[in-house]
Amino acid sequence: MYTTRYVIGFILILTASVAVALTGLREVTKNKAAQNEDIFNKRAILSAVEDYLPDGKKVSSLSDEEVSQLFAQMEQPVLNMQGEVLDGVQAENVDMAQERKKPEAERRLPLYIYEHNGEKFYILSVRGKGLWDEIWGNIALKSDANTIAGAAFDHKGETPGLGAEIKDNPAFAKEFEGTKIYEDGKYVSVKVRKGGAKNKTHEVDAISGATVTSDGVSEMLYRGIKYYQPFLEEIRQSEKAQGLLIQ
Amino acid sequence: MAETAVKEKEPLFQFGKKERHLITDPLNDNNPITVQVLGICSALAVTSLVYPSFVMAIAVIFVTAFSSLFTSMLRTYIPKQVRMIVQLVIIASLVTVVELTLKYLNYPIYKQLSVYIGLIITNCIVMGRLEAFAMANKPWRSFLDGIGNGLGYGAILIIVGIIREVFGKGSLFAGSPIELKIIGPSMDYFINTADSVLFGWYTNNNLMVLPAAAMFIIGILIWIQRSYNTKLVDVS
Repeated sequence: MYTTRYVIGFILILTASVAVALTGLREVTKNKAAQNEDIFNKRAILSAVEDYLPDGKKVSSLSDEEVSQLFAQMEQPVLNMQGEVLDGVQAENVDMAQERKKPEAERRLPLYIYEHNGEKFYILSVRGKGLWDEIWGNIALKSDANTIAGAAFDHKGETPGLGAEIKDNPAFAKEFEGTKIYEDGKYVSVKVRKGGAKNKTHEVDAISGATVTSDGVSEMLYRGIKYYQPFLEEIRQSEKAQGLLIQ
Repeated sequence: MAETAVKEKEPLFQFGKKERHLITDPLNDNNPITVQVLGICSALAVTSLVYPSFVMAIAVIFVTAFSSLFTSMLRTYIPKQVRMIVQLVIIASLVTVVELTLKYLNYPIYKQLSVYIGLIITNCIVMGRLEAFAMANKPWRSFLDGIGNGLGYGAILIIVGIIREVFGKGSLFAGSPIELKIIGPSMDYFINTADSVLFGWYTNNNLMVLPAAAMFIIGILIWIQRSYNTKLVDVS
């Protein structure tokens, strides 16, 4: 049998040496890891405009440097709920998960203005609830602030093969392309419809077997895009003034 | 103790018949998953795609091998009252090493494996081997035993992963640089796949993506293994 003093000494030495070793390793890897996470999140945002990346590339074929470069070129305003641009913040520094915990009136809205061949895309971030946990997405609107150019979704813990299809099945996000969020100047958002989309301009097909997640996406889009209304309306007005808006 | 003192003269890294068995036994006769039925939780959870299964297998091999090595090196100094705590400290720190390394090298796969890397700590294979083998054997043999058990676990993980991914997703190694599309229509699947299609009519089996499928597959693997390896069959 070992004495208590020996046991305590042994444990102290062991844990202290382990702690030092792990802290050292963390310090060495910290910067690269944070950078990796940053690039990972940026790729998720870019996948909303996957069809409009330079040289017809896909998000997965972009190098890390190219991703950072695209973001450096982007205008990244942060809006408040009244649609005013906040000073001193970059959209990429806004954590949507934190924003969702705040009361609605105090939330900040990140906006990415992406340009491709002279055409502007407004990438909006939305976040809501799925069946098991949070779901979120990035929606790219064309310069008319009405037509959806692309969408990308992700989730924390939806069922694989069912709710998780919002991310795993690119066909789902693809359905959103070309749908419109306004009808005759009125905001209607895009609905995920169970049993098949009837009105192809404002509805997409739901994922069979994942009703709650599909409804969650509808709800998330309706509410999330609505937050951006003051800003989107402004754009639509100026577009209208220029006579560019057809609908 | 007296016995070990006599054998001190034999080479440190001997690789004879006994050592070979330490590696090969866990692959078949003493497989951690199909025979000892340990580590089932992660085997069900991470095997829906081959690539994460592969990374998980490597992570577990690393943890079993080095935790066995370190535990065995410390075995004469570890106070028996607190040996489990000591083992846990060793396992947990190695798992943290894996986690930090993954974050550093490949963030997307770290995201995909998420909690299951952390859960290697609770994987019964690791602690089971420390208690059963490393606490009573020399470092080199313990290290080989760790590698063997990690390999036995990883082999099952990859077999299950291949079956589940091919039938559930129609692809192989999705998410890795060598992603392949095996069966089914190529349209409605991952970005960046090759267009070679074998059975265009095949519809992905959604059951295969769910953890329950791994349960069936492991069950069938146990059945096949026992029909070949009759000494595993419990006659009583």
